[in-house]
Amino acid sequence: MIAAAERSEAPRKTREAVASLDSVNKNYGSVRALRGVNFDVSAGQVVALVGPNGAGKTTAVKLLLGLMPPTAGKVRVFGADPTDPENRIRTGAMLQVGRVPETLRVREHIDLFSAYYRKPMPAAEVLAAAGLEKLGERKFGELSGGQKQRVLFALAICGDPDLLFLDEPSVGLDVEARRLLWDEIRQLVERGKTVLLTTHYLQEADALADRIAVINQGEIIAEGTPAEIKALTSGKKIRCITSLSLSHLRQIPGVTEVQEDREAVEIHAAEAEWVLRELLARDAALSGLEVTSAGLEEAFLVLTQDNERNGRQRN
Amino acid sequence: MSTATLALEPAQVERSFQHTATIYLKEAKYEFLKYLRLRVYTASVLGFPLMFYVLFGLVLNSKENFGGTRVPTYLIATYGTFGVMGASLFGTAAGLAADRGLGWLQVKRASPMPPFAYFAAKVVISLIFSTLIVLALFALGLTFGGVRMPVAEFARLLGTLVAGSLPFSAMGLALGYFTGPNSAPPTINLIYMPMSFCSGLWVPFMFLPKIVRQIALVLPPYHLSQLALGVVGAGTHESNSRHWEALLAFTLICLGAARIGFERDQEKMYG
Repeated sequence: MIAAAERSEAPRKTREAVASLDSVNKNYGSVRALRGVNFDVSAGQVVALVGPNGAGKTTAVKLLLGLMPPTAGKVRVFGADPTDPENRIRTGAMLQVGRVPETLRVREHIDLFSAYYRKPMPAAEVLAAAGLEKLGERKFGELSGGQKQRVLFALAICGDPDLLFLDEPSVGLDVEARRLLWDEIRQLVERGKTVLLTTHYLQEADALADRIAVINQGEIIAEGTPAEIKALTSGKKIRCITSLSLSHLRQIPGVTEVQEDREAVEIHAAEAEWVLRELLARDAALSGLEVTSAGLEEAFLVLTQDNERNGRQRN
Repeated sequence: MSTATLALEPAQVERSFQHTATIYLKEAKYEFLKYLRLRVYTASVLGFPLMFYVLFGLVLNSKENFGGTRVPTYLIATYGTFGVMGASLFGTAAGLAADRGLGWLQVKRASPMPPFAYFAAKVVISLIFSTLIVLALFALGLTFGGVRMPVAEFARLLGTLVAGSLPFSAMGLALGYFTGPNSAPPTINLIYMPMSFCSGLWVPFMFLPKIVRQIALVLPPYHLSQLALGVVGAGTHESNSRHWEALLAFTLICLGAARIGFERDQEKMYG
């Protein structure tokens, strides 16, 4: 685990954890989907579980929903076992589904799911919250991919649950629909709800989450606020076309890494200013200069690559 | 809480009786609407038995009789059996296999739905479609085939056939757990069609080769069709209790298999 996780221990403890995985392992036959995962979701927060496909995100969600038992470790939701029927009343879930009954109308799907809860939201409110006002009478099979996702979102929120699990909620949504969903999630949190979402878009985690946990190959490899995760790969990236050799570039003080990228080089440095001065002084013909800060996307790549390298060494 | 508590009827959310009844009712209502609007289902499940009946019972053979029972009457019993079997098998197995394999059942299981409501809805709509099929066959026979029988006899025929759909709903649940979303319909047909033939639902039982008639003794549609034929005076005159026992045993075996499938599912991940 990386420093950010420890740094963030303190604020985390101040809030009540409404859902947690404690040293959880989950195996599917010989496949180890989760390995020693510790993970908390605090009340009133949006927590994003970020990782590539097959990292174990969906498994974590299904364990928290009590859809299957862990191989080892403890799963708690609202201080009880996730299969506790009272928990089901207080949680809502948006899962990845291959097929939903297509001949039922949007309004009918919502009517049925609302009936399961004790105090469901009024249907009109659910439709509005999911941006489905005009689509209530439409059959599910007649909807576009993004509209279908919105119906699944509506089914997750219709019981007015305290805790919401959203597994890859924005898959298949266009930019506009994604923004709409983000607004909805923010409004839910303003109303005191807690949200756990999984995504492989870091941008989404960055835009929504109070906390991010990066998961790869079944392990949480970093955890913290979006800023903390970004800080894990601090520094700047300088891209330019230069006649200086790679070994020469590596000798410049402050340079942490140099890579060739087609005709140009990419230089990573803690601080760009000093390195830039040196570069320009040593190569008057330098061209195509770009300086960017290492973003979350890059932090993610670095994290997962480190994790994979370590994994290989272990093996 | 252990895996065992995930089993058939997990601890329930506390609800008023009225609330629980509302859930069961809505679950069944939407299951019914779902299938009613699904043309593949209504066309094949209602269409085939009615079409066969019109062709073989009304257009052809309508003046004939099988062992003293007029063909239009005889065929209500056999195509009725064929019909309730199809409605129940497709209504439960195909839907369950798809819901299970494509993740929809997980969404339902993650919700506070009482798990039993889901299965009850499937069984209830099989009963409803079975009733519709028998009523439609009778209406055709009455109108175009000169079928006449006392109301009490018709009620017994309808009751027998509709109650006889239950073993096939149980079989459908078992099949739904052991087939996938794509393999369910062909698997059902593979079982449904030969079983119908061997049980004498297409060709009257007495015209079947001896070997086939012996195989039929272990087939549930044979027993149901004999019960139905018994009502219209054309059964093989074995005792009815033997047939009901056979159907009950078959139902219990299927429910046992479905239960194994249900429990196996708790451990599995989809998608």
